[in-house]
Amino acid sequence: MTNSIADIAKADCLLVIGSNTTENHPVIALKVKEAVRRGAKLIVADPRHIELVDWAYLWLRQKPGTDLALINGLLHVIVKEELYDKEFIAQRTEGFEEVKLAVEDYTPEKVAEVTGVPAEDIVKAARIYAAGPRSSILYAMGITQHITGTANVIALANLAMACGHIGKEGSGVNPLRGQNNVQGACDMGGLPNVLPGYQPVTDAGVRRKFARAWGVPELPKDAGLTLMEMMRAAEEGRLKGMYIMGENPVLTDPDASHVEKALQGLDFLVVQDIFLTETARLADVVLPGASFAEKEGTFTNTERRVQLVHKAVEPPGEARPDWQILRELMERLGCPSPYSSPEDIMAEISRVTPSYAGITYGRLEEKGLQWPVPAADHPGTPILHREKFTRGRGLFQAVHYLPPAEEPDEEYPFLFTTGRLLYHYHTVLSRKARGLEEICSEPVVEINPQDAEGLGIQDGQTVEIVSRRGKVRVKAWITTRVPRKVVFMSFHFWEAAANLLTVPALDPVAKIPEYKVCAVKLEKVTA
Amino acid sequence: MVTLTIDGRQVAVPEGTTILEAARRLDIRIPTLCYHPLLRPLGYCRLCLVAVEGAGKPVTACNTPVAEGMVVHTSTPEIEEWRKGIIEMLLSQHPADCLTCEKAGDCDLQDCAYQAGVKGPAWKAEVASLPVLRDNPFIVRDYNKCIVCGRCVRVCLEVQGNAALELVGRGIETKAGTVDPAGLKEAGCVFCGNCLQVCPVGALTERAGEGRGREWELKKVRSICSYCGVGCNLTLYVKDGKVVKVKGYENPEVNNGWLCVKGRFGFDYIHSPDRLTKPLIREGARGSGNFREATWEEALDLVARELREIKESHGPDVLGFLCSAKCTNEENYLLQKLARGVMGTNNVDHCARL
Repeated sequence: MTNSIADIAKADCLLVIGSNTTENHPVIALKVKEAVRRGAKLIVADPRHIELVDWAYLWLRQKPGTDLALINGLLHVIVKEELYDKEFIAQRTEGFEEVKLAVEDYTPEKVAEVTGVPAEDIVKAARIYAAGPRSSILYAMGITQHITGTANVIALANLAMACGHIGKEGSGVNPLRGQNNVQGACDMGGLPNVLPGYQPVTDAGVRRKFARAWGVPELPKDAGLTLMEMMRAAEEGRLKGMYIMGENPVLTDPDASHVEKALQGLDFLVVQDIFLTETARLADVVLPGASFAEKEGTFTNTERRVQLVHKAVEPPGEARPDWQILRELMERLGCPSPYSSPEDIMAEISRVTPSYAGITYGRLEEKGLQWPVPAADHPGTPILHREKFTRGRGLFQAVHYLPPAEEPDEEYPFLFTTGRLLYHYHTVLSRKARGLEEICSEPVVEINPQDAEGLGIQDGQTVEIVSRRGKVRVKAWITTRVPRKVVFMSFHFWEAAANLLTVPALDPVAKIPEYKVCAVKLEKVTA
Repeated sequence: MVTLTIDGRQVAVPEGTTILEAARRLDIRIPTLCYHPLLRPLGYCRLCLVAVEGAGKPVTACNTPVAEGMVVHTSTPEIEEWRKGIIEMLLSQHPADCLTCEKAGDCDLQDCAYQAGVKGPAWKAEVASLPVLRDNPFIVRDYNKCIVCGRCVRVCLEVQGNAALELVGRGIETKAGTVDPAGLKEAGCVFCGNCLQVCPVGALTERAGEGRGREWELKKVRSICSYCGVGCNLTLYVKDGKVVKVKGYENPEVNNGWLCVKGRFGFDYIHSPDRLTKPLIREGARGSGNFREATWEEALDLVARELREIKESHGPDVLGFLCSAKCTNEENYLLQKLARGVMGTNNVDHCARL
C-alpha cells in the first residue's frame, strides 16, 4: 500500500475495485465502513454483489475482465471534463499528454458497451473520485489476476496521479495483499529478478554487494524463472530439482493437473511444510517446519509494516522452525551460517537492504515499523511518494483494454471466476481449523437464478463444471450475488479444486495467472 | 481548549472531551462498565456518575462533555453509595459462579465490586435462568451473566457494521441477544468475535478456551495473525504448551484489537493431529504417499547431497526454489540466499501472484 491502514478511514472517496474486502481483508473492511460512516463516498467496482456493495454510494458492476476499459473510461471523463490536478501533473509527473490521448477512445458509451456499466455511472464515479479532496483506491486480485493485471494497476496509478490523489493522507493506490507475509516474501527477494529490498539481480553493483556480504565469489546475473515458468520448465524436463517451502502449488496454481504432472517429473523434490499437503505428497523428502506460533521472527503486512511474532509454544514432535532447517542445510552445503536466532538474520538483512536498514527487533516491539526505514533513527514511512516518486517523476503510461485470454463461447457459455471465502483462506490452514471447517465445510458454485432456471438446476443440487482443462462436481448455490452468465467458485477445496478448471494464461509482465476469467459449461448431475 | 477542575485539580482539554477522558488524563479513576474507549459512550450503566457543582443531579462522566470552569467531584459519599447500589443491583441478577466462570480474573464486574468493596448482592432478584447457548463452533453465550452494557450490540453496529445483535426483552429481563432469535448465524453474524472481545463479563466467551485454564494461569504472547495480509496484532493465550484462545491486541495503527473469524477462531490448526512431526523420506512411487520417518541428520544429508549432485551434473539453473508467504522474513531471506548465494540460481519465487 502507498498509504496506511489507519489512513483509509480518512478518505473522502474510496474506490474499491477487485477486492471483496469484507471476506478477504475483514479488518480493513472495518476501516472502509468507518470512512463511509464518517461520510466518505464509497464506489465499489465488482461483478459480484459483495457485502461492500450494500455500503456503496455507487456500484459499478463491470463484466469480469473488463476493468481496464472501466478505469480508462474513468480517466476519459476526468480528462474531458478537465477534472485533473494540473499542478500535481506539472510538478510531479511526466507522460500525461500521451495518456490523455490514449484514453480518448474510452468514451462512457463505448466503455458501457464493453463493461456493462451504465455510461452515466461511469461519469458519476469519475466526478466523485476526482473531486476527493482525498480519494483512495483499494484493490486486490480482482484487478491483478488477469492477463492485463499489470496494465490494470498502471491504469489505477494513472488515475491517482491525474487527480493528485497520491502522496498525501487519505489517498493513494493501495493493494490489499492476501497472505500474512506475502509482502515480506517479496521484500526479502523471494522473486526471480530481485535481491532483498527489490535490488535488481541484473545490477552488477548490487550483485557485488551481496556477494561480498555473503562471502561468495559471484551471484547469478540473469533473472530466474517465475513459479509458473518453473512448472512449465519442470514439465518439459528443463527443471530437475525443486525446494518448496510452505506452498501448495498443486492446489493453488492454475490448470492444476499440469502442475501435478510437472512435479511428478522432477528428479528431486523437497517440501518443507507443517502439513502433508497435496504438494508434499509428491516429494522425495518432507521436512517438518513450524507454525507462526512456534518461532520468533517478523512478518511484513500489506501496509509495509514489519512486525514481530513471538514463540508461544513448541513445534510438535521433532518439527523445527524453518530458519533452523535452512541454517542446517546451508551449513551442509558449505555456507557458514552462524545465526543463533532470527534476530541475527535480521541484523544481516538490515545491513544489505536499504529499506530495512533501520530495523532492529528492539524497535519493532510496540507498533512495528513501516518501510522504508533507512536509518536507525528513522521513524518509518506511513505514506509513500510524499515529496517525489521512487523514480523521481511519476510516469504516466498508456495502457489498453484487452479481452481475457479465454472468453465464453457457444460450447463453454459461462464465465468462470474464482476467489476466497470469509471462512477459508487458501487450501491448507483454515481447513485444519475445526470451527472454520464446521461452519463452512463444502464448496459451492454461485449461479444466477435465471441461469439456474434455464439449466433446470435447483439450489443445493450437484452440478458438473467443465472447462477445456478439467471438470469438478460441486453443489449449486442459486444467488443473485453473481450476474447472469457468470459463475463463481472458491479455490479452497481439494474436493472440487477450482484450479483444475482455470486457464494458465499469464500477464506478460508479472506472470500472474488469469484466475478471474475462463470459460466453462455447466451440467446438471443426475444421481 | 477548555479548562475545568476535577477533584481539586485543574486540567485543560480540547473541546468535546468527556469528563471521563479528562479525568483519565489526571489519572483519576472513575469506575465504568458500559464504557469502551473505541465505542460510542451511552451512559447505560451509570457507574461513572460524578457530581458537577451547580448541576442539579449527578451526571454520567462517559458521555458528558467538559465545559469551561466546570468543577467536578468524582467521589463523594453520595456517589459512592450510588455506585455500590448499582453494583449490588447487577450482582442481584448475576450468577454467583465466579469460582468456575471463564472470565474470572479478567472481569470488569469483579473489578468494580472489588474496588467498591461490594462483597455480594444485598438481595437476590427473581430472574428466570436462561439456557447457555452453544449454537456455533466459536462463541458461548451465557446471557445469565449479561449486565446489559450494550458493548456487544455497539461493536456489532458501530465497528463491524453488521447489526446482528440487539438488546432484547423488557425491564429487568432485558439482555443482549440476536436480531433473529433463531441464532447468531441466522442473524447475519460473521463470527468476528469482536463482541466477545469487548464483553466485560462472562456472557460471551470463547468455546475453544472453555475449561482450558484460568486467566491467571494463561501465558500471554504477542503475535501477528497468520492469515491475510492485514497483519492484525494478536495475543495468544497459552497453557500447557497449547494455544487455548486468541484475543485481538490493541495496536491502534493496525487492528485496534478487532479481528475476523479466521484470526480469532482459526488458530487450532497449530495443534492439528495432522501436523508433520518428523522428517519423511519417500518410499515407492512418487505421489503414492508412502513415506518412512527419518532422522534430521539423514534427511538433511540427503537433501544437501541431491541438490549438490543435480547442480554438478546440470548446472544451477535446473533447480527451482519456492519461498513462502507464510514464513517469516528471516526464513524467506535465508531461502533466497540458499538459492542464489549457495546454489547459484535466481530461480526463486513464491505464490505472490496466486
